[in-house]
Amino acid sequence: MAKRDVPEINAGSMADIAFLLLIFFLVTTTMDVDTGISRKLPEKQPDDMPEPPKLKEKNVFVVTVNRNNDILVEGETFMTIDKIRDEAAKFIDNGGGLGNPIDGAEPAECDWCEGAKDPASSDHPNKAIISLESDRGTSYGTYISVQNELVGAYTDLRNRLSEKMYGVSYTQMLKDQSNSPNNETLKERISLIKGKYPQIISEAEPTK
Amino acid sequence: MSKFKKKKKGMPGISTASLPDIVFMLLFFFMVTTVMRETELKIKKPTLPKATEIKKLERKSLVSYIYVGKVKDQNGDKIQLNDRIADVKDVKYFIFAERETHPEDEIPLLTTSIKADIATNVGTITDIKEELRNINALKINYSTLKGNVMDNVK
Repeated sequence: MAKRDVPEINAGSMADIAFLLLIFFLVTTTMDVDTGISRKLPEKQPDDMPEPPKLKEKNVFVVTVNRNNDILVEGETFMTIDKIRDEAAKFIDNGGGLGNPIDGAEPAECDWCEGAKDPASSDHPNKAIISLESDRGTSYGTYISVQNELVGAYTDLRNRLSEKMYGVSYTQMLKDQSNSPNNETLKERISLIKGKYPQIISEAEPTK
Repeated sequence: MSKFKKKKKGMPGISTASLPDIVFMLLFFFMVTTVMRETELKIKKPTLPKATEIKKLERKSLVSYIYVGKVKDQNGDKIQLNDRIADVKDVKYFIFAERETHPEDEIPLLTTSIKADIATNVGTITDIKEELRNINALKINYSTLKGNVMDNVK
């Protein structure tokens, strides 16, 4: 019997098929990166919690956003969003008095602050509290904008201090850290800067 | 007849035999990187607010998403968990279900990402946050895009 050749399968259209699939996946792929403002919620307090210690009014920076999205700072000045950042930074950086004791040391002045040292404003960055009050009817956009600006105020101050101490901005250090997570000096520097300007933003329950 | 045929003149065609290989390589790359959207949006696609102080969410497997926005022809903010519209009270069951799928040691790392529309009322967000506080899911992330904050209030 004559030996019959097995006909080869024509692979010429393979590329076409693969292209078709490729285009399908190209179209369906979404390469979105998720970004956002990260916050940590305060832990739920038991009902029988003792009253928290009273804070001096001058150490609290109250930002109120009402249902018409107007922003009121310290209960007296109306402000647009772009002003909040500087105003908050001014408040945090004031350094008008003694701070909370750090690691059991004596309460000390803030020697890295460059603020006005106004006795009527905050004592120390670790005492300065920013309180954000909102209304249930406030729009989320405004709320996020204000949050962003408040976080931004801290970032500005941290950047400034970091530039002065290490010649690198704080944001850059954070970026470097995500590239080399095991760098101990970097970690130390970041936590030091964080400790100098601790982020204390409190969100009050919204008014009804 | 000469033993040596004259060689054909002209440019040889480029072989396309390896074309399928190249295309397949690309295909596999996209197949591997593609994340099929698990949840279909029941609410109108939320317009996320813009912000500058943003962080990238690392390790997406640790993130659970809560969508907040409007539903067509209905008033009020709606919350979407997985692929259905839910009530604020369901948030805790949603988080519990998410926790089930993770090993014990990863639970404190779980983050809840709130993807809310710019026009949502803060009250709705507060209700969600209160629910999350009740069950001790404290890490949250307000999903935002990079941009100028002044665009949020226009």
